[in-house]
Amino acid sequence: MANPFYRRDVISTRDMTREEMDLLFNATDRIRGMNMQERLSLCRGRVLCYLFFEPSTRTRLSFEAAMASIGGSSIGIASGKESSMEKGESLVDTIRVVDSYSDVIVLRHRMDGSARLAAEVASNPVINAGSGAEEHPTQAMLDLYTILKEKGRIDGLRIGIVGDLKYSRTVYSLLYALAMYRVDVHLVAPPLLRIRRESLYAMDSLSIREHDSIDEVVDTLDVIYVTRIQRERFPDAQEYEKVKHSYVIDDRVLARARSDAIVLHPLPRVDEVAYHVDSDARARYFKQASYGKDVRAALLALMINAIPPV
Amino acid sequence: MSEEQLLVRRIREGTVIDHIDAGKALLVLRALGITGREGSVVTVAMNVPSVKLGKKDIIKIEGRLLAADETNKIALIAPKATINIVSDYRVREKRRVELPDEFIGVFNCPNPSCISNSERSVASRIEVLDKEKQKLRCWYCRRILEANELISSIH
Repeated sequence: MANPFYRRDVISTRDMTREEMDLLFNATDRIRGMNMQERLSLCRGRVLCYLFFEPSTRTRLSFEAAMASIGGSSIGIASGKESSMEKGESLVDTIRVVDSYSDVIVLRHRMDGSARLAAEVASNPVINAGSGAEEHPTQAMLDLYTILKEKGRIDGLRIGIVGDLKYSRTVYSLLYALAMYRVDVHLVAPPLLRIRRESLYAMDSLSIREHDSIDEVVDTLDVIYVTRIQRERFPDAQEYEKVKHSYVIDDRVLARARSDAIVLHPLPRVDEVAYHVDSDARARYFKQASYGKDVRAALLALMINAIPPV
Repeated sequence: MSEEQLLVRRIREGTVIDHIDAGKALLVLRALGITGREGSVVTVAMNVPSVKLGKKDIIKIEGRLLAADETNKIALIAPKATINIVSDYRVREKRRVELPDEFIGVFNCPNPSCISNSERSVASRIEVLDKEKQKLRCWYCRRILEANELISSIH
């Protein structure tokens, strides 16, 4: 079987098929089942270069931990302030330079389309770790893997996505990916934070309903996916003030949720999931983050062709 | 001699772009990248009476024979335009404009957060997904775009 991930850019979940997603999840399962020696032998001597021009802790650390867990190493910059882009260097020039230092480039950048541009320039594969308000495809991969592991399936589920649907790039990657499955999606957001209309064309096959309040739908959901309000992407601080506390998942909401529902969040959270929810058995967001490392390790191993596709 | 012919003299060799929607001639020049600094004679006639369009603009570019892939750049701005390639005072080729598969460097992506607007060395790239429905998309940021927002981007 040919490996569709080998030396491939990962820019958008729209570029993927369901078979490829299955293949990635299968590789993730295999990596999780390996002993440490087996894992460490996968990508020994391989180098990941991360370029994070926007702040991040978990995604960057998750990639570093993933690469370390399969025997590779990581180099990179963790903020735009450390880079020559502060001196006026273009993204294109930066990519051309680091392309020769590594096997895979992982890019986070505040502009939409930045990863696609980087992939056009680099000869080595590029992973989009967040491009403006556009996409964050590896987050969607780990979201789906979490749903699969925690619910046993993806098809047939009722999935509620709550919060900042306008600016949250994880939501777009997740919706494009969910369009490959037979699921009912319920989008819950205040009117100011509803999904960007121009993105709906890529979700034609998806059953989507929109709601103003989580109360309208919470008792029917299998998955409650909550997102942070992306304060940094609001063009106007007043707009942010209007919506900043507009939804909170707390005991009151969870009292109405199904007993077998799961609560996910791409993290970091601010106050949209109350801290006391952490101790509820339905809260799975920290487990989600832990799966993320393994999904990213599998993705890297496949891109480097260190693990055979099955 | 018709009023139209009186307004704009015949050219010996070059390209005549006729049936441009009235008022769009300057946008057409911008889309073609013609600034006037090239040195050749460029004649622009605006709001010329026209049987077909009521009013139209006409551009005559002397000494330059524009190929179809150049003139197709104006298909969004002036979809009814006709291109006449003239040599020795005769029209040697007459063609319409057609939407190309993509526009490179013609329009700016109207999404201010698109990378194509911030990288100096990058030319914008607008894909035409559906020529009949004029479905357009920025290749970089993947936003679906309206013809009107693209046209206003080159004002």
